[in-house]
Amino acid sequence: MAKTHHIHIRLNGVEKEADVAPRLLLIHFIRDVAGQTGTHLGCDTTSCGACTVLLDGRPIKSCTFFAVQADGREIRTVEGLASDGKLHPIQEGFHQEHGLQCGFCTPGMMLSAVALLEKNPNPTEAEIRWGISGNLCRCTGYQNIVKAVQHAAAKMQKGVSA
Amino acid sequence: MMQTSPEIGGMGHSVKRKEDARFIQGKGTYVDDVHLPGMVYGHVVRSPYGHARLKSINIEAAMKVPGALAVITGADLAAANLAWMPTLFHDKQMVLATGKVLFQAQEVAFAVATEQYAAADMAELVEVEYEELPVLVDPHKALDADAPILREDREEKSNHIFHWEVGDRHETQKAIQGGPVTAKVDAVFQRCHPAPLETCGCVADFNKVTGKLTIWLTSQAPHAHRTLFALVGGIPEQNIRVISPDIGGGFGNKVPIYPGYVCAVVASLTLGRPVKWIESRSENLQSTGFARDYHMTAEIAAERDGTVKALRVKTLADHGAFNAAAQPSKFPAGLFSICTGSYDFPKAFCEVDGVYTNKAPGGIAYRCSFRVTEAAYLIERAMDVLAYELKMDPAALRLKNFIPPDKFPYQCPLGWTYDSGNYPAAMNLALKMAGYDELRKEQAEKRKKGELMGIGISSFTEIVGAGPAHTFDIVGIKMFDSCEIRIHPTGKAIARLGTKSQGQGHETTFPQIIAQELGIPQQDIVLEEGDTDTAPYGLGTYASRSTPVAGGATAMASRKIRDKARKIAAHLLEVSEEDLEWEPGKFFVKGAPSKAKTIQEIAFAAYTNLPAGMEAGLEAVHYYDPPNLTFPFGTYICVVDIDKGTGEVKVRRFIAVDDCGNIINPMIVEGQIHGGLTEGLAIAFMQLIGYDESGNVQGGNFMDYLLPTAVETPNWETGKTCTPSPHHPIGAKGVGESPNVGSPAAFVNAVVDALSHLGVRHIDMPVTSWKVWQILQQHGIA
Amino acid sequence: MIPPEFEYLRPATIPEAVSLLQLHGDDAKILSGGQSLIPMMKLRLARPAWLIDINHIPGLAYIREEGGYLKIGGLTREADVENSELIRAKYPIVHDTALVIADPQVRNLATMGGNLAHGDPANDHGATMLALEAELVATGANGQRTIAVRDFFLSIFTTALEQDEILTEIRIPVPAARSGGTYLKLERKVGDFATAAVAAQVTLDASGACTKAGIGVTNAGPTPIKAGKAEAFLRGKRLDAASVAQAAELAMGESQPSSDLRGPAEYKKGLVKELTKRALTRAAERAGR
Ligand SMILES: Cc1cc2nc3c(=O)[nH]c(=O)nc-3n(C[C@H](O)[C@H](O)[C@H](O)COP(=O)(O)OP(=O)(O)OC[C@H]3O[C@@H](n4cnc5c(N)ncnc54)[C@H](O)[C@@H]3O)c2cc1C
Ligand code: FES
Ligand code: FES
Repeated sequence: MAKTHHIHIRLNGVEKEADVAPRLLLIHFIRDVAGQTGTHLGCDTTSCGACTVLLDGRPIKSCTFFAVQADGREIRTVEGLASDGKLHPIQEGFHQEHGLQCGFCTPGMMLSAVALLEKNPNPTEAEIRWGISGNLCRCTGYQNIVKAVQHAAAKMQKGVSA
Repeated sequence: MMQTSPEIGGMGHSVKRKEDARFIQGKGTYVDDVHLPGMVYGHVVRSPYGHARLKSINIEAAMKVPGALAVITGADLAAANLAWMPTLFHDKQMVLATGKVLFQAQEVAFAVATEQYAAADMAELVEVEYEELPVLVDPHKALDADAPILREDREEKSNHIFHWEVGDRHETQKAIQGGPVTAKVDAVFQRCHPAPLETCGCVADFNKVTGKLTIWLTSQAPHAHRTLFALVGGIPEQNIRVISPDIGGGFGNKVPIYPGYVCAVVASLTLGRPVKWIESRSENLQSTGFARDYHMTAEIAAERDGTVKALRVKTLADHGAFNAAAQPSKFPAGLFSICTGSYDFPKAFCEVDGVYTNKAPGGIAYRCSFRVTEAAYLIERAMDVLAYELKMDPAALRLKNFIPPDKFPYQCPLGWTYDSGNYPAAMNLALKMAGYDELRKEQAEKRKKGELMGIGISSFTEIVGAGPAHTFDIVGIKMFDSCEIRIHPTGKAIARLGTKSQGQGHETTFPQIIAQELGIPQQDIVLEEGDTDTAPYGLGTYASRSTPVAGGATAMASRKIRDKARKIAAHLLEVSEEDLEWEPGKFFVKGAPSKAKTIQEIAFAAYTNLPAGMEAGLEAVHYYDPPNLTFPFGTYICVVDIDKGTGEVKVRRFIAVDDCGNIINPMIVEGQIHGGLTEGLAIAFMQLIGYDESGNVQGGNFMDYLLPTAVETPNWETGKTCTPSPHHPIGAKGVGESPNVGSPAAFVNAVVDALSHLGVRHIDMPVTSWKVWQILQQHGIA
Repeated sequence: MIPPEFEYLRPATIPEAVSLLQLHGDDAKILSGGQSLIPMMKLRLARPAWLIDINHIPGLAYIREEGGYLKIGGLTREADVENSELIRAKYPIVHDTALVIADPQVRNLATMGGNLAHGDPANDHGATMLALEAELVATGANGQRTIAVRDFFLSIFTTALEQDEILTEIRIPVPAARSGGTYLKLERKVGDFATAAVAAQVTLDASGACTKAGIGVTNAGPTPIKAGKAEAFLRGKRLDAASVAQAAELAMGESQPSSDLRGPAEYKKGLVKELTKRALTRAAERAGR
């Protein structure tokens, strides 16, 4: 058995510690060790983006990253989007614009969108489509997801100017 | 239909979805999110070969992995008489291979360990010895004299599964021979896979003390699955509880029972611990229910003015190693005989032969009502070929041949009675939205300049809502569906259904039906599905049947409640029932609208102040058996541009006009249409589960089984007409699948249209850049 | 899905990493972005016993111009290449390349060093580096050495790097005035590897004649391919339709694609020709033809 490593990960603002095998994938750390199941697994070839989380603010695919690699770093998942009981604008956007159906892609999709909006607060439709191109959705046809991101962008900008 | 207030939120309101709250906060519960104390993990060992004799299985090394609990093999299952299980269609299927394997990725053993990672390690260490056998991949060779016989378990020593035909062979043949104009197309609807974003899986938990088996299952049909587990496993049905929690998309993939489920159940029965099995994406694509694989020929005879006379269809169906088609038991080719589509064919004949090959089993209804997609694709392609033959505009040809609106209910030559339709209305709206004449002008100008642009039309008719119980059953269980409604004393309600949402938004739409019927605000109604211990029996959600069937049940159950409510209201208002009038939410005395009782007051009275002799409570159950199917329709128009240098096809525009009768929630319907069109796009241009000559599956993971991203997906332009179903309680028809049924032909027709002046009449899907480029090369264009 | 077991090591310096590579020999692999290695481990196609994570070695990620070169640290993420203003303005061909690699999430981890060191002919940077005549800096037990990129790719998944060497820097000569380039890729969908792709970089003289042309081709042979004959043909010529077409023909002749799910070899050859034509035309435009 490989030597385990003691790691610290700040998951949604809370310090998590665990002894992990080197091969433990970050997604399994989040789901099975930390018990936060909002992050989903949709493929085995790093293709679908259902597992997307933010690593120090940047979206990555947590199925293709070892938990040991996240030692000392900050991870944000869907469970960390709302704050103080208030939904994040992206969550509101998905609800208002019917940006989800089965909901399986939704957490990863929202995290990609959040990262996009942090970098580019007022993206064009093409930029939005490009920004979520690492996330597959099988249900919505993306059109309402684009609207959801636009909804969030508008809301976040209002928040800034207000 | 009376429009209710936004507060009530009945039919026609774009009510925001209730289920969203948990999904946007990561609080959904999908099967893989179920975690039970003491849970262990299963991993399937699969065959690397397409056809091979199984010589031996050695589990020694696997059992040395720390945490190893068991390896179950076909021999173990055979001892318990469980090595085979019935499929959903008059056949049986190996759970774990015994004797030989018949397709690559077939289930050979099931490794169980205390940890998921250990189970994967074990699976790799199970040593299986195979002796390779000749592989049969091409269905056209399945009936050759020298073809290997795949199914040694069957009495018939042949790869032929069934022959099925309908219509008038002789008359149709005569008509086709008589012409004067005929058109013919050979079209393959390729093997593809629904690939919902969540794969299949289960947690099986057998409690040795209570004898109860609970199975959390990715199931579109939990009740039927419970019955099948009872029949096959010999477990008393009252001791089985199937829970279908949140489902991450189904599209037909989650209708069958898969070997992995059975193995997990067996492992749990053996070990007395909860066993989780979740398949990987590759396993999902390579082994669970594929769709289509229909090799079709259509011939049309027509008059010179374009009037169609007859349609003849001949099809070879590749079913893979076992006939695991999920379809009504009297219909070996599902509802494929809807292949006359939207057109008034006086004569038609359709025949289908099914064969076995060394491929994964299936034949499931992928976002489709049992082979309707194949039928719609074929007729819509054939009509275009006829248009070219006649040098007639494809829109004009269709308008000429549509079943006229005044001919409904329409009896088609292959036996169906279409409930209602107004095809020219949908077509004309689509043409207008597209600016069709302008597009044709633009195309002509582009052609002069050597540029390639195409316009594709598809005017499909669907057949959904299976179905009337006299004709429709799945493994003997009649295809009704059910709804149970209970009104609480405070006027709030809970409804339970036999269906199961996989993203369609049932928690929102079904309360809207009740709100429409009873005037109880939709937000006061909770909807539950998927737990067989609590929900009434139903056949589940697929083939666009939830709205037509369970929607009918919901309306009828609501009406039973309204009938009782009327009695209570009469009692409360001290008038006779006939003196009362209903408007959503209350009964009032005719001519004295202020003398009224709201449904909430009535509900309270149902528990507190009943007329003498009346049973307490306000609830109802209804098992709805539809009198007929419903026939949604629409016209789609696709505009493409082709890059001559690379063969790339760009979808410039897509106009979709749908008619699904009365609409419960326009927002949700539109979302369903977007999603279905996107899957249609994927089928037309990307999706293929292929096999090489040695039986190796190609396109067995998401690197090669291509799903479009937001970048490849165009903006969809939607429109609607409304022709209610006359026989349905709420006039609804079902829509989730129309866009997937109707759109592939529109895409392909557009590409062929762009190349039609070169004499191109057909391109098989997926229409890849390289296929287009090769055609351009052949014509000296690329 | 589940990678096999391995031991994880996290050196803090390059010498430490090199000595670990020497200690564990062929059983060890460098882990940088992990976006090629981890997928292969999950499919159990790669099973290193030791993973040497170089992500914690400081000073390996940078983008700067220095001494006549654009220098990119081996550990620089594709996303940083994509977002670099310097690269966008002055090395648009590199920007074009980074932009079409994989998808946003993968680009946040994948490194430029890993992309080249992996030696996959389907990876995109190889062709661009060939067009730019880049040099690669390898650091090993004996210090640094510089490898010309044309000598770097040996065969599929095999490069000139020694087992104990780390690709620490990519050096791209600062282009002369009136240079321009682009990378054109045809993929089946976003996130896919190239069906075929072509990198073209040209330098023009005052008269508009081509003084230098670099052409690289992706996924059309066992390694990224340098279309040397096409490059030589263009030297001294004006980039008009005829010369561009002729060069495209030559580049096609130099490619050796094979048939697969992305299409038959004949199609890919046709694509190499077409993309070369388009890339040269665009490169010349950018050079200010
Ligand atoms: C879904 C998906 C799509 C992709 N699409 C594309 C694409 O379109 N185009 C493309 O070019 N790439 C694509 N990639 C590959 C991606 O760009 C990889 O990240 C890249 O090839 C390797 O970089 P890495 O940093 O991730 O390397 P790793 O995966 O960490 O390593 C790859 C190999 O290189 C070795 N190595 C890594 N760094 C060094 C170093 N500095 N010195 C010596 N050896 C080293 C490792 O030991 C390993 O053998 C895709 C990947 C995925 C998952
Ligand atoms: S699970 Fe599909 S990309 Fe991670
Ligand atoms: S909502 Fe189902 S996959 Fe996106």
